Amino acid sequence: MTAETDSMPPVGSAPGGAAPIKAVPVRHPGRWVAVVVLAVLAAMLVNAIFTNPRFNWPVVGQYGFSEVVLSGLRNTLLLTALAMAIGAVGGLILAVMRLSPNPVLTSVAGGYIWFFRGTPVITQLVFWNFLASLFPTLGLGIPFGPEFVTFDTNKLIVQFTACLLGLGLNEAAYMAEIVRGGINSVEHGQTEAASALGMSRTQALRRIVLPQAMRVIIPPTGNETISMLKTTSLVVVIGYFELQTAVQSIYSRNFQPVPLLIVAALWYLVLTSVLSIGQMYLERYYGRGTGRPGEDTARRSRFLLGRGLGRGAGREGGNIT
Amino acid sequence: MVNTEQPDTERPMVKAEQVCKNFGHNQVLRGIDLRVQPREVMCIIGPSGSGKSTFLRCINHLDKVSAGRLYVDGELVGYREHGGKLHELRESEVARRRRDIGMVFQRFNLFPHRTAAENIMEAPMTVRGDSRADARAQAAALLERVGLGDKLDSYPSALSGGQQQRVAIARALAMRPKLMLFDEPTSALDPELVGDVLAVMRGLAEDGMTMIVVTHEMGFAREVGDSLVFMDGGVVVEAGKPRDVISNPVHQRTQTFLSKVL
Repeated sequence: MTAETDSMPPVGSAPGGAAPIKAVPVRHPGRWVAVVVLAVLAAMLVNAIFTNPRFNWPVVGQYGFSEVVLSGLRNTLLLTALAMAIGAVGGLILAVMRLSPNPVLTSVAGGYIWFFRGTPVITQLVFWNFLASLFPTLGLGIPFGPEFVTFDTNKLIVQFTACLLGLGLNEAAYMAEIVRGGINSVEHGQTEAASALGMSRTQALRRIVLPQAMRVIIPPTGNETISMLKTTSLVVVIGYFELQTAVQSIYSRNFQPVPLLIVAALWYLVLTSVLSIGQMYLERYYGRGTGRPGEDTARRSRFLLGRGLGRGAGREGGNIT
Repeated sequence: MVNTEQPDTERPMVKAEQVCKNFGHNQVLRGIDLRVQPREVMCIIGPSGSGKSTFLRCINHLDKVSAGRLYVDGELVGYREHGGKLHELRESEVARRRRDIGMVFQRFNLFPHRTAAENIMEAPMTVRGDSRADARAQAAALLERVGLGDKLDSYPSALSGGQQQRVAIARALAMRPKLMLFDEPTSALDPELVGDVLAVMRGLAEDGMTMIVVTHEMGFAREVGDSLVFMDGGVVVEAGKPRDVISNPVHQRTQTFLSKVL
């Protein structure tokens, strides 16, 4: 009791005069139990994976950077990047159309989204690939009138273009809804303030609304990109190849599916990790001004440095450093 | 463009003739007649839902007038009269007229992803085409004027409500408006922060800015206002010199309202 009254600052003392609190921290024995249990489980897993000769780790090393795998990887990256670019640009256009006061644009965008979200990507890919069987030539001209230029569909839509059209146009429908949600998340007062300053609808959208909408748009777009990374393997249905198909072609010859699937999985993990880091930086950039810059990032890197656990658990002995 | 037929006085900055506004079946304004002369400070008071904010928003066409005529500096708001018919203005024409009218909102509506200076620079750069250097110099001068010369690079989230509202006033002034509209500029502020914002507005009034202020600050209305309008139920119940309206309200409704706010 006396100790308590002694440590209380006298009334009217300077606020900085009080001694900093030195309290015995709450103990977390559960954390230590969890650490031990998980460490044992992890050791069992490592043992099961790395001492089992049937995993055939040397084969993983042998094909990890092989020509075929690397060219498949290159196609995966190229298809993902271009399809996402088509998806993002198309999605933005569709979202703006959908939110425009023009009823024609609204219903056209609505119809597009309905159709491309409503049919399987695999169907769309095959459709684009067989476009030539429906329209042997593609031309520009007046409907029912003369054509000015004509192309041979088979030369215009090669496998690669068919892949891009199939993946990109489908993605645009999903991105449209993501962008629309982002735009709608920005308070209406922002548009009003911009209008009151004499900015046009387009200027307000580009300079005021979209930069704020990005905070809401980026996380699901990260999901879409990572999902696209793996969806590209569907191009196998039209005979094109990427990472997944590349490893399949190898293990269909050497009958070593597990190590080769591990090769593909490791590459997908590397790509996904790189994308996640990129997403983190984008989120930090668009989160400026929100009052919590990089809060999530700081917490995550602290945890990665191993102090997330140590901070609480390290006080077990009661000494605060 | 439009002959306002005002031989005896200056052309009014704002002229409202039987302005009505409906939101569906809800009649918010039921025939407003008002005149605001250049350099006049008009304060509008009234209970919530009386239509005062809607009237303010009609002046820069954020809300469309349903009936009647509203003129700003002699020009019809939102329409062009041609051959006895009204033609809706294009978006770009509406935007051009809004440049000359500054508006300050109850909830500030600062752009949260831009610093104080960038908030002020935005419209001069994108709308008027000022260079970044010019816009920045103007922003610095305006922030100095509202007493925030040291907050150029602060984001709105790092500013108090009163500071945010002063940045919002500076942002509106950046387009060098001939008319300023204030929609309850101090209603969202802590009482101790109200004074700073009112001081900035008082300074503007002294510099001769034409202002229409929707407010509950009776002290400001009495000391700074040239005229005071009491609105209720979408009509102007009483208007006159602030001192007269406040000390000798004629109408019963004005008396009741004032007895509650004073």
